[in-house]
Amino acid sequence: MNKKWMKTGLLFLWMILLPGSLWAAEGPAVDSGITAWMLTSTALVLLMVPGLALFYGGLVRTKNVLGTMMHSFGAMAVIGVLWVVCGYAFSFGPNALGGWIGWNPSLLFLNGIDNKIMNAGIPEYVFAMFQGKFAIITPALIAGAFAERVRFRAYCIFIALWSLLVYNPLCHWVWAKDGFLFNLGANGAIDFAGGTVVHISAGVTALVCAFYLGRRRGYPKTAMLPNNLVLTLLGAGLLWVGWFGFNAGSSVSSGLDTARALTVTQVAAAAGALSWMLIEAFKHKKATSLGVASGILAGLVAITPAAGVVKPIGAIALGFGASLICYFAIAVKNKLGYDDSLDVFGIHGIAGIFGAIFLSFFIRESWLHEAAALAGGSWTVFQQLGVQMIAVLVTILYTVSVSWVLVILVEKVFGFRIPVREEMAGLDQSLHGEHGYGLLNMN
Amino acid sequence: MKLVIAVIQPDKVDEVREALFSAGITRITVSRVSGHGRQEDEEIYRGQSIAPTLIPKVRLEIACNDEFVEIACKAILKSAKHNSGKIGDGKIFVMPLEQCIRIRTEESGGKAI
Repeated sequence: MNKKWMKTGLLFLWMILLPGSLWAAEGPAVDSGITAWMLTSTALVLLMVPGLALFYGGLVRTKNVLGTMMHSFGAMAVIGVLWVVCGYAFSFGPNALGGWIGWNPSLLFLNGIDNKIMNAGIPEYVFAMFQGKFAIITPALIAGAFAERVRFRAYCIFIALWSLLVYNPLCHWVWAKDGFLFNLGANGAIDFAGGTVVHISAGVTALVCAFYLGRRRGYPKTAMLPNNLVLTLLGAGLLWVGWFGFNAGSSVSSGLDTARALTVTQVAAAAGALSWMLIEAFKHKKATSLGVASGILAGLVAITPAAGVVKPIGAIALGFGASLICYFAIAVKNKLGYDDSLDVFGIHGIAGIFGAIFLSFFIRESWLHEAAALAGGSWTVFQQLGVQMIAVLVTILYTVSVSWVLVILVEKVFGFRIPVREEMAGLDQSLHGEHGYGLLNMN
Repeated sequence: MKLVIAVIQPDKVDEVREALFSAGITRITVSRVSGHGRQEDEEIYRGQSIAPTLIPKVRLEIACNDEFVEIACKAILKSAKHNSGKIGDGKIFVMPLEQCIRIRTEESGGKAI
């Protein structure tokens, strides 16, 4: 009696499991280790967006703190939807329009990947969401250039258009398997986690916007001091933490490459911070907290494209170099008098360009051997340097020209720049009907 | 000497400051205060309009010689109004000022202002 029941039970169990086991045999199996790390990375990269909100929010004046933080949160809302609707299809579909962009209608609304397990051993949903976080943070970075002086509605429209026409094509060129920068040279242009796609593109767009939209009222005569550097430091810390997902997650694995990326990320951030501290200690006899925060970011941005190919000594060199060059870039900006309010170009643009080009001198030998084998003989550092320069130049030229058109379009049609009176009252009051620090008043 | 105290809306601080500056009045003290007037300040909180009990305001203090009182008041009246004037735009109080001493030099009276 007991045995019979057991047999029936086993049969029943087998019947339940059968469809599952047959179905799992269709494609690669899920690697739970890699999937677990990629899920963690996805969450870490999203954490960078509120981190950025705090970083930027602390740097503006009190009356604009919420408006500035809303730029980051707005990107989470706008791009968070847009990426699923069509961004992923444009970025990771097969080449269309001569390779300008990807296109695969079955990826619209992520419809076609419901059952898909990628060769890397992760469900494609995880990859799509991981990439989506990059798409969110990139336009949010730009917002620092026109902080304190744009309309929220126009900003939302601008980032949506920018994401479709600038980010998606760049992402396709650099990261899709058939993208032309992915296949440039012997072993592709090196952009591990988004030096060109994220930081250079955001940095130069920031510069274009800062030029076209003009200075904040009163800049540079009126001092526009940060309202709360405590928030800024908190944000810089969260960005550092989140960057481990950004870089180490970009290996789309959980092994040696991940460990390498994580190590150099940590080292470069610390080197950047130390470098900026030393520069300030030497020049002003005081190391400022904002300087340390800026150095952390410069180091992290510079290592982003390089995290897959350099060793820790290269990371230290890139981190130190990035802070040095960014420090002087910001000094030059102050002389030139254009108002890139939160130094998006000065940090992300400059450190991104620096990292993407100078990583060539620190590539580990095994990568060069691999490239030499692919090139059928030899592949030198200088050949790779050429490839890196082409990738950087293509990114800058494409981004500048499209962003320029977009910013003019949005200004003419929707009114990007806020009217004077509302700028003086502050974005929080005039655009959002709130104020940031209610606790300072007894109500 | 007089002490001019103005209580104005927080979003008008920059405009009032600029108006005072262009009228030649640059020495002011500004503080955040809250209080009750006739205004019912509406804020949007999670999609709902609410009227808080105490309303945030900004208080300007301007110590000046008698001939500057009218200039200061005019500058504030011109710049602190929403459109042509709304409930809640604030008030100006003018009161006599007995003494003024500059700490650095110990000068006193009108020339110390």
